[in-house]
Parts: sequence; structure tokens; C-alpha cells
Amino acid sequence: MFWNKEVECINRTEMDNLQLERLKSIVKHAYENVSFYRNRFDEIGLKPEHIVTLKDIEKIPFTTKDDLRDNYPYSLFAVPMKKIVRVHASSGTTGKPIVVGYTRKDMENWSESVARLIVAAGGSEDDIAQVVFGYGMFTGGFGLHYGLEKVGITVVPSSSGNSERQMMFLEDFGSTIIVGTPSYVLYLSEIAEEMGITKGRHKLRIGLFGGEGHTPEMRAEIEKRWGILATENYGLSEIVGPGVSGECYNQCGMHINEDHYYPEIIDSDSGKTLEEGQKGELVLTTLTKEGIPMLRYRTKDITMLNFEPCKCGRTNVRMNKVLGRTDDMLIIKGVNVFPSQIESVLVGMDHVGPHYQIIVKKKGYMDEIEVLVELIDGNMLEKFSELENLEKDIRHKLRAVLQIDAKVRLVEPKTIERFVGKAKRVVDLRNV
Amino acid sequence: MHVKQISVFLENKSGRLAEVTKVLASNNIDISALSIADTTDFGILRLIVNDPEKAEKALKESEFTVSCTSVIAIAIEDKPGGLSKALNILEEKAIGIEYMYAFVGKTSDEALVIIRVEDPCKAVDVLMNNGIKVLSSDKVYKL
Repeated sequence: MFWNKEVECINRTEMDNLQLERLKSIVKHAYENVSFYRNRFDEIGLKPEHIVTLKDIEKIPFTTKDDLRDNYPYSLFAVPMKKIVRVHASSGTTGKPIVVGYTRKDMENWSESVARLIVAAGGSEDDIAQVVFGYGMFTGGFGLHYGLEKVGITVVPSSSGNSERQMMFLEDFGSTIIVGTPSYVLYLSEIAEEMGITKGRHKLRIGLFGGEGHTPEMRAEIEKRWGILATENYGLSEIVGPGVSGECYNQCGMHINEDHYYPEIIDSDSGKTLEEGQKGELVLTTLTKEGIPMLRYRTKDITMLNFEPCKCGRTNVRMNKVLGRTDDMLIIKGVNVFPSQIESVLVGMDHVGPHYQIIVKKKGYMDEIEVLVELIDGNMLEKFSELENLEKDIRHKLRAVLQIDAKVRLVEPKTIERFVGKAKRVVDLRNV
Repeated sequence: MHVKQISVFLENKSGRLAEVTKVLASNNIDISALSIADTTDFGILRLIVNDPEKAEKALKESEFTVSCTSVIAIAIEDKPGGLSKALNILEEKAIGIEYMYAFVGKTSDEALVIIRVEDPCKAVDVLMNNGIKVLSSDKVYKL
């Protein structure tokens, strides 16, 4: 089944033509309405009319997360605020988040993109979908929600948390699709088991997973435990949120909605574009985004592209599951976390030293993050409550910046490893 | 009449307490009282030693987080109601006790208690005026 067969099974020449036409138009839109892009172009003498072929995209400078941070909150928006109908935010590399805005047309294209991956996975209007992504500033919840509604699927927006209640909805409402992060849905399978909710008492048949990657082993485990087909989808707030790409029921790579998001693979060191099939950093250009056009956005995700038409009939290019990152971003419970965000909280805090270590581990199937920081102020030892308050204070500040709970552990001075050169702050014990 | 007490921050992991005592031993420092309060992750060790300045310096050099504060040491009758009598006096004068602990050794039939209060000067006055024996630091360090 297809949501938009015309585009999803288009031939390569026609797709190229469509992309070129849209590329020219988005470059012009960005140049004329965003001073950041205009300055970048003018610095190197590039004009929108210099984009004549798709290959010419390589002349355009890259855009990075830092550019979004530096233009916080609205400076990259290409339309007046009255045209923006929604904003979302995700983690920046330091304290402030990055903000993206959508026009009504952008919302339309976003839900269209998501609708395609839902149908590709096998979803239809006969389904009832329970969304266990957190709703809010994170694009995951609302992104899938709107796409599901577009397909005509009954949406149960239960959001994350309160697992027993989730199970009640799952059973009583007869949910057939579950949407969330793989780790949370795997965790829910344990709750289901404890509550005796087995296949037969629930009707789940498809899982749509995103927000974080998962290994083939984890996918197999989720499929076995729930008795479902698990498909993966990919996206990032800077580009649109979920909907950039998604797997079909064949589970052989994520089809990129390339009429909206133009992919390139580059060598992350040299910035040179790589040949098809080579592994490198994914760079995306939004071809239709009005609110906040992204030209050659460096995702820092490492993957490769496959232009072979798929067994399902789709011709849109497929991307491999993300193989890693070129930076130190961590994905914890589906939330992006940068060590630099944690650093921004700790540096400048009284009573503790500037060195820290981040330990990420699994508690059951759930991610857990612990931050170790050295207590250096002896004056804190007079009252036990002062130390406890200090821990609480750090935890509270981390929560404000990270949006997730981190455990804080005070340790003795000089016990955290010191580094010469690039520090290795993170100990990730999740896959060992 | 104030006694210097050393507080040391300790992580709850094996060997840390032994490390503190090792540092003190190698500096020939004698411990006369100690107390430890802990949570699952960390603890605070409180010590009365014969040479607080030397102990603080030695522990700091060994990278411990250390502080030195004033506490008071009292001698009470080693029989039922002995401690109660002293604490009632402080209670009446609204002097709050942050923490207290008993001494390892004792003199004759008296029990020795270390008390940490917000205002040690006031506490000493109050206790002495009410007939509670407060020990001088010289005496305590030699115990």
C-alpha cells in the first residue's frame, strides 16, 4: 500500500527534475528572507541563480546546530511570525534549546511525510494507534500524531509514562499500532508480561519506532515479545521531526521522502560529497520548508544511501539505519543530550569542581544517566542536609536543561579521570 | 573551651575509610572520637584527634575534602538521666543540636559526648552555668 504512490514510485529523472525545481525555489526563499543565509552566500559571492543543476548544491555552505543556537530563537525563520502556526524545540549543544517553526503548509507537508511511512509499514484507517512518545516540545509525539490522523487512524495520545494505565488503554481500546521509542516499548512489554496481557488480550500488530536507534537484536526482541512487525523511522527537529524517512514492511532501509528532504552523504572531515553507497555523514536540505528552510544541514548522523528500487515498489532513496554520530551527542530515553549541556550547568556552580563524568546505563530496558561531580568545598560538610541540597540543586538544574532526570553523585576530589587533550567524559555502558 | 573537629567527605566505596586512617597513622595522629553519617552514595566522617591542624593539612594533601569546625565536649554522669540532664539545659535555652556522638574512651565514671551546635560559645556558657562539665581542648586532645 502507498499513501502517495505517484511520488513514492516516481522514476529517477522525474524526481531529479522535481528536486531541482524545488531546490532553486527554496534557495531563493532562504536568500531573500533570512539574513543569515544571505550573508553566507554573499561572503563567497554565491547567488541563488548560480544553482542550475542538483550538483550545484555543493556550492552552498553547510548549516550546523550551532547556527541554530546562534540564531535563537527566531532569526532563521523565513516568514513573519503571524505565518508560523507551531514551534518545537530540541536540545542545543549548551543551555539553550534550538527552535524550529512551521507554517500551515509546513504542517501539511510534515503530516504527509509521516503518513507515507505509516502506510509503508502497513498502517491503514482500520488501525487504532497508541502514541507513547512524550508530547510537548519534542517533535516525536505531535509529528506521528498528525500523520496518523491524516491516514485516518484512530489516535490514542496516551503520551509516555504511567505504564499500568498504558496497558489498560492498550487492552481496552484495542490498539493495533504502538508508536514510541524502542526502549520504552520494550519496557512496556515487561509490564504487559507482569500483568498477564499476552497476545489475544491485546491486538497490537505494528510498532513504529523512532527518537533513538535500536540494534537488530533489540528489534527482534521487541517483535518477539509483542508479536508485532517493528519498523524504524528517522527524523530530526531541525529538518522537520519524524518523517524524514521510514521503513516499509520489508524492513530494508528507511525510504527518504526526498521530494521534501534532499539527502547527501559527505566525508565529515573534508566536507566532500561521497559517492552512492559510501558511508559518511548525512546532510539534508529541506526542499519545501517555508518556516525555517535548512540548506545543507549537517545531521552528524553516519549512514549510507541506497538508490536501488525497493521490493515494495518504492523508488525513493533509502538510508541505512544510523551507524553512529560524528559528535558526542547521546540519545537517552529518546532525548538528545550533549555532554556540553551538562558542563554548562556544572561550570560556575559553587562547591563543586569543574570535572565531571557521565555514566549512561540500562536499568532493565530503560536508559539511566548519572553525573559524577567532585565535591571540593569542605564548608559543605557541616550539615548533611547541605550536601543533600547541593545534590538536589544540581539535579534540578540538569533537569531544566536536559528535560530528563539525571542522578547526581558527589565524589571525592581528584577521583574523576583527568585528560590531556580531548576529554572522554562519557561512559556508555548500555551496549556492553 | 572549644574542641576542633575534622570532617571528611567520603564516597561510599570500599577502602576509603581505611585510606583516611592510613593518612592519620602515617602522620602519627591519634584518634580519640569518631562518627560517620552516610547515605547510599556518600558519607561524612567526623573525627576528634590529638592534633587537628596537622590532621587537616595531611588529609588535604591527600586530596580529601576536609573542614575543621568547633564543637564542644562535655562529661556527664555515666548513669540513667545523665545525658538527658545536659540536653534539657540546651533545650530550655533553645540551643539546637546539629549532631552529637559519644567518645570512644571515657574518664572514670563519666561518659564523654561531642556536641555540635550553631552557637558553641553560648552553649558552653549555658552548660557550665548549669553545672555540666565542659572539657577543654587540651584535655580532649590528650584522651
